[in-house]
Amino acid sequence: MKATPVSNCERRFLLRAIEERKRLDGRQCYDYRNVRISFGTDYGCCIVELGKTRVLGQVSCELVPPKPNRPTEGILFFNVELSPMAAPGFEPGRQSDLLVKLNRLIERCLRNSKCVDTESLCVVAGEKVWQIRLDLHVLNHDGNIIDAASIAGIVALCHFRRPDVSVQGEEVTVYTPEERDPVPLSIHHMPICVSFAFFQQGTYLLVDPSEREECVMDGVLVIAMNKHREICTIQSSGGIMLVKDQVLRCSKITAVKVAEMTELIQKALENDQKVRKEGGKFGFAESIPNQKITAFKMGSAAVDTNNVEEQAEEIIAKADPPSEVFAKPILHTPGTAQIGEGIENSWGDLEESEREEAAEEEGESEATAFECQTVETEETSTMSETKKDEPIVLSDSEEEEVVILEPQELPKKTRAPASCSRNHNRWKRRRRKESRNLSPANPLFYSDPDVNDTEYSCGPAWVSCPGFNC
Amino acid sequence: MAAGRAEAEACVGQVVLPGDVLLLPARTDEERLRLGAGAGGRLLCGPGLRRCAAGLLVTKCGLLRHRQAGGAAAGGAYWVDSQQKRYVPVKGDYVIGIVTAKAGDVFKLDVGGSEQASLSYLAFEGTTKRNRPNVQVGDLIYGRFLVANKDMEPEMVCIDGNGRSSGMGIIGQDGFLFKVSLGLIRKLLAPKCEIIQELSQLYPFELVLGMNGRIWIKAKTVQQTLIIVNILEACEYMTAEQRKQALAKLSGN
Repeated sequence: MKATPVSNCERRFLLRAIEERKRLDGRQCYDYRNVRISFGTDYGCCIVELGKTRVLGQVSCELVPPKPNRPTEGILFFNVELSPMAAPGFEPGRQSDLLVKLNRLIERCLRNSKCVDTESLCVVAGEKVWQIRLDLHVLNHDGNIIDAASIAGIVALCHFRRPDVSVQGEEVTVYTPEERDPVPLSIHHMPICVSFAFFQQGTYLLVDPSEREECVMDGVLVIAMNKHREICTIQSSGGIMLVKDQVLRCSKITAVKVAEMTELIQKALENDQKVRKEGGKFGFAESIPNQKITAFKMGSAAVDTNNVEEQAEEIIAKADPPSEVFAKPILHTPGTAQIGEGIENSWGDLEESEREEAAEEEGESEATAFECQTVETEETSTMSETKKDEPIVLSDSEEEEVVILEPQELPKKTRAPASCSRNHNRWKRRRRKESRNLSPANPLFYSDPDVNDTEYSCGPAWVSCPGFNC
Repeated sequence: MAAGRAEAEACVGQVVLPGDVLLLPARTDEERLRLGAGAGGRLLCGPGLRRCAAGLLVTKCGLLRHRQAGGAAAGGAYWVDSQQKRYVPVKGDYVIGIVTAKAGDVFKLDVGGSEQASLSYLAFEGTTKRNRPNVQVGDLIYGRFLVANKDMEPEMVCIDGNGRSSGMGIIGQDGFLFKVSLGLIRKLLAPKCEIIQELSQLYPFELVLGMNGRIWIKAKTVQQTLIIVNILEACEYMTAEQRKQALAKLSGN
């Protein structure tokens, strides 16, 4: 499948919002989303959730002969995979640019920084060394895969335990986990990537871009740092021109973020260690709360709500004069008017329902193009159904009245072929009925709001978790 | 495992699973012969259901709903209320599409389905071969499906049977587009939807709902737009009381 393109209005809106220092989910410019780390039952398996972005990391090991030019060092192998369930644009087996970039970045971040001590992975020099393999699977893409992947990678490596080995002369004994406790890897430091997205030729920068923000950014700067403020990797892509003090500012921000992240990782690792030692239950199944529907869950969004109150009169006074032609507006509540008739939302067979001469449709409908501005002119009474012979006035049209031509002259291409065989009488009747149809029609299949809201608290799909906080 | 068989009327409002067979009341010959205008004739088989020999076969999991005979659903209608995020084009649905390409006389739109929909430039109100619509790549279009089945690429039009646009066409340049699940859209499109009414008490805004899960919002300022976007996204996960509380807090601010 192709990825959904970014429309012009989204791009414009996002850039305007960024200029006003506002983000879609209410974060500040330098704020990260919530990070959640959970471990599996095996050592070396973890899932990191950065907002809605999820990455799974898994470490495994194997005894292999070493590389000929490095006989005393173990081997590290990194692999990042973009699962098709992460985003509609990811296809299996397709080597995209993003995949290559991720692989290279993770390798540079974890291998070149020498965070894992490879000398300690040697068992018999020149013959047997441990090969440590790290697989990162991206499960959901909501922006900033790089950070999530780097956190998952280093957490999985820290969490992993390899089998204990003892060498006596010529004999090498590899102990099973039952015989001797497995041994953790020797990790010197924890490099973590932090991404900065740049907009408007480097004027604005955001930390931890979400998926929409990534679509409209000019370029991204990734800095991998550890808590000792040592930069392990730095990469700028997208062709943006960065000034020296911008890069310095980013590295200062990175230092702060990495310190927080490292603390979080340590706490998570300690918690898991404690639970395992005490004999409690651990694993992914335990980190999911029981008796709760978690598929439909949303973190509360802290949206700034200051200074948004405006009096209705102010709005009217400042608003542009309304356009010329109006249909009869329907007054729902003071301050709300509906212009334009509802359009029938019908699933299933349209032809069938229109062929029958059904009874009058009653009830108001929700116009799908809904304008809620108070109407100054023509405050007419609440009239909800057009009469048969009155022309329906459209606000887009230049003319006051739309003249309907003779039925035979109308283009029939928009009706399904079956309708062409109708005779004149039925056409006329149907045209009249259609003009009624344009007016408030109940959608044929809709979910009853009352039922949805209150009834189902333990069913499979119908909701109920606190979401919104402002 | 044998599929569950049950009377259709008994299951209304309950969860049904794919493979369940719903038995319909057997019709007598008299009823079948009586085809009056308007008198209950055909039973409408809505989304998530298929006809089979015994009655209705459920193809999606969800809640079974029923609508009495009369009005548009002459003879009654059954359908399954299911929840999903991935849209499958259906003929007659009103959707918001994003223009991805202009190929000669035809625009290609992304509607969230597996194929891109095509839209002819003549399918707008008041356009002729000389007078073409002003559509750029990346614009938003609100239209309805003329052709939508699994064998062909879907086709959209922005014009109704009489040649008028009736609200369809190019959506304005400002505003914001975001995506929600299909169930929330149907909830918002229900008549007398409380959510829309309560929101309209807050600030004035323009709203276009596409059945493919896309909503376009335009309010006075960026902040108001963001607030409405967040409320609508959260409405999926909030009960009515929580929503009223949130809105009360907002209007109290």
